[in-house]
Amino acid sequence: MNPMNYVILAAILFSIGSAAVLLRRNAIVAFMGVELMLNSANLALVAFSRIHGELNGQIMAFFVMVVAAAEVVVGLAIIIAVFRARQSISLDEPAELKG
Amino acid sequence: MQSLIWLAIALPLASAAVLLLAGRRADAWGHWVGVAASGAAFLVGFLALIEMLGKPAEERALDTTLYTFIPGSDLQVDVGLLADPLSITFVLLITFVGTLIHVYSVAYMEHDKDRRRFFAYLNLFVAAMLLLVLADSYLLLFVGWEGVGLASYLLIGFWNHKPEYATAANKAFVVNRIGDIGLIIAMGIMFTTFGALDFATVGQLVGNASTTTLTAIGLALLLAACGKSAQFPLQSWLGDAMAGPTPVSALIHAATMVTAGVYLIVRSAPIFNGAPDAQVVVAIVGAITLTLGALIGMAKDDIKKALAASTMSQIGYMMLAAGLGPIGYAFAIFHLVTHGFFKAGMFLGAGSVMHAMNDQVDMRRFGALKGAMVVTWVTFGLGWLAILGIPPFSGFWSKDKIIEAAFVGEGWQPWVFGLTALIGAGLTAFYMSRLFFMTFHGKARWTDEVHPHESPALMTVPMIILAVGSAFLGLFLAVGDRFSHFLEPVTGHVEHHEPVLPVPVIMAATLILVALGAVFAWLKYGRAEVEEVAPAGSLATITARNDFFQDSVNRAVFQRPGQHVTRTLVYADAAIVDGAVNKQARGWASIGEASRKVQNGQVRSYAATMLVGLVIVVAVIVVGGL
Repeated sequence: MNPMNYVILAAILFSIGSAAVLLRRNAIVAFMGVELMLNSANLALVAFSRIHGELNGQIMAFFVMVVAAAEVVVGLAIIIAVFRARQSISLDEPAELKG
Repeated sequence: MQSLIWLAIALPLASAAVLLLAGRRADAWGHWVGVAASGAAFLVGFLALIEMLGKPAEERALDTTLYTFIPGSDLQVDVGLLADPLSITFVLLITFVGTLIHVYSVAYMEHDKDRRRFFAYLNLFVAAMLLLVLADSYLLLFVGWEGVGLASYLLIGFWNHKPEYATAANKAFVVNRIGDIGLIIAMGIMFTTFGALDFATVGQLVGNASTTTLTAIGLALLLAACGKSAQFPLQSWLGDAMAGPTPVSALIHAATMVTAGVYLIVRSAPIFNGAPDAQVVVAIVGAITLTLGALIGMAKDDIKKALAASTMSQIGYMMLAAGLGPIGYAFAIFHLVTHGFFKAGMFLGAGSVMHAMNDQVDMRRFGALKGAMVVTWVTFGLGWLAILGIPPFSGFWSKDKIIEAAFVGEGWQPWVFGLTALIGAGLTAFYMSRLFFMTFHGKARWTDEVHPHESPALMTVPMIILAVGSAFLGLFLAVGDRFSHFLEPVTGHVEHHEPVLPVPVIMAATLILVALGAVFAWLKYGRAEVEEVAPAGSLATITARNDFFQDSVNRAVFQRPGQHVTRTLVYADAAIVDGAVNKQARGWASIGEASRKVQNGQVRSYAATMLVGLVIVVAVIVVGGL
């Protein structure tokens, strides 16, 4: 199968992920969108690795996974902290940093 | 004692500090501290004089450096005191007359609750004036120059609860500032030309400078002298300065401070000797002022203002003499010393009269005071004879020499200056006799509530001593040209010059004019009835009464245009300079205001912005093929 298909799939997944981040108010769902974007990037990296016949992309994908895991820890902790403070996880409500 | 001359400055200064810092605690004894400090300064000066007289003439000047004032490679100024015959003359005049006036003030200011502060200022004045005359460089002289200006300002406005007195103090201060600009400019030119500001170096290097430079320095120094000595065209402040207590008028505005301008000119003799044009201008200024002052003095009914006009006129004589060059310097200083005595004595006499007449100053309400105040009448009379120049009283010896010297020279100058000085003597005789007769002779025109009485001994004794000085000092100093020889190391030796008219003719003409002036004044103000209210008078009288409209001229020529210029500049500053800056700031603020709205705090809109940015970057990379 043509490895370019994987790249296209990665693009589709990235678009879905970014749409979830931009359009959903629920912080957990938006967070899932972020994860989807990260994994679409991983897929693209692996696909590029295959296309060019070298391992750099795959190694990069592992790094991304590690970073994503750390990001999940911090992100979920923030979401819980926000929920505790406001009894809600809507992304539209907190706007204290308004200029 | 000559090397310890700094004590003469330090003692009054320390006393002033003590009196000002001790506050009300010193009220009971403060005035005697002031008298003691001034007296001690006189003692220091007197001992220095004795030491000086023991040396040969050419070794009499002693320059002591106390410390370095401004250390620098290009300009180094030391604080040094120059005790030479000229400065010692001034030291003795200032401290002797000053001490007498201190004693007088103890009684004169007895009922003033601020008497201690008054003595503090008087001491401050004595210290500053001594610094002025003892300084060995123009810069240090300038320190004293400003110091006496400050003391004069504080003392004119001593009763500053009266707004017009405070205004008079401000006026004196501001007019003096104009003169100070001249001194600063002169110092600037001297520094660029000679690279030094001390009298010795300037005197040595004066030959290297061009006549133009020397003329410029001379004219700048003349401006300074005009401001301090109330000479034309900066004379308008002196009349108003009479707002101060009378002892202040006697000490500062008659005997000492106002003569500082003459001192400056004589001290700068090397510069003026190299600039004949500047000398002529000095003499012209002196001639104009001596006439103006005499004419103003003829019309004033306020006894202090009449005396102030007379001071102006007499300093005009000194300026005229100083402008004549080396032949006049010694006579200028001679007249300055005798004038210091008789004018201070007459001011103290005027103070005594005011004391007796409930502080009235209008001579039209005086008259016939000779019976009530015998000591004041006699002492004032001696001062009057001295200023008239009746032999053998002091004024004759000094003023007559100036008139003779004014007749020396070639071309138009001896005739103009000589005749001005000659006629001035006649005018002086008229206005001083008018003042004397209106106050002490004729019929009593007193207001109902006054009961004239003689002043206490603390006031009369200084008047008596000054009157003795007015009578005999001139003769004592004139015998064998003693005083001129004493000053010779500073003013230079001068060959005798013959005036354009024979000396006896000049002397006789002077005495005839003086007698005419006095007799005319007697007919009009002694024998005839004097109106209690000043008559409207002719145009000339009104002009003289209003100081030749000098204030109006100043207002129209300087003050009003000045105010317009400042107002325009303030407006331009607000509209253009500040306007540009403020508009720019407002522009930046509105940009900030607009961009603030982007920061709405919504996470999702930030994410959208990031996405748009990302898409643009990708698009640029893909389309641009980078």
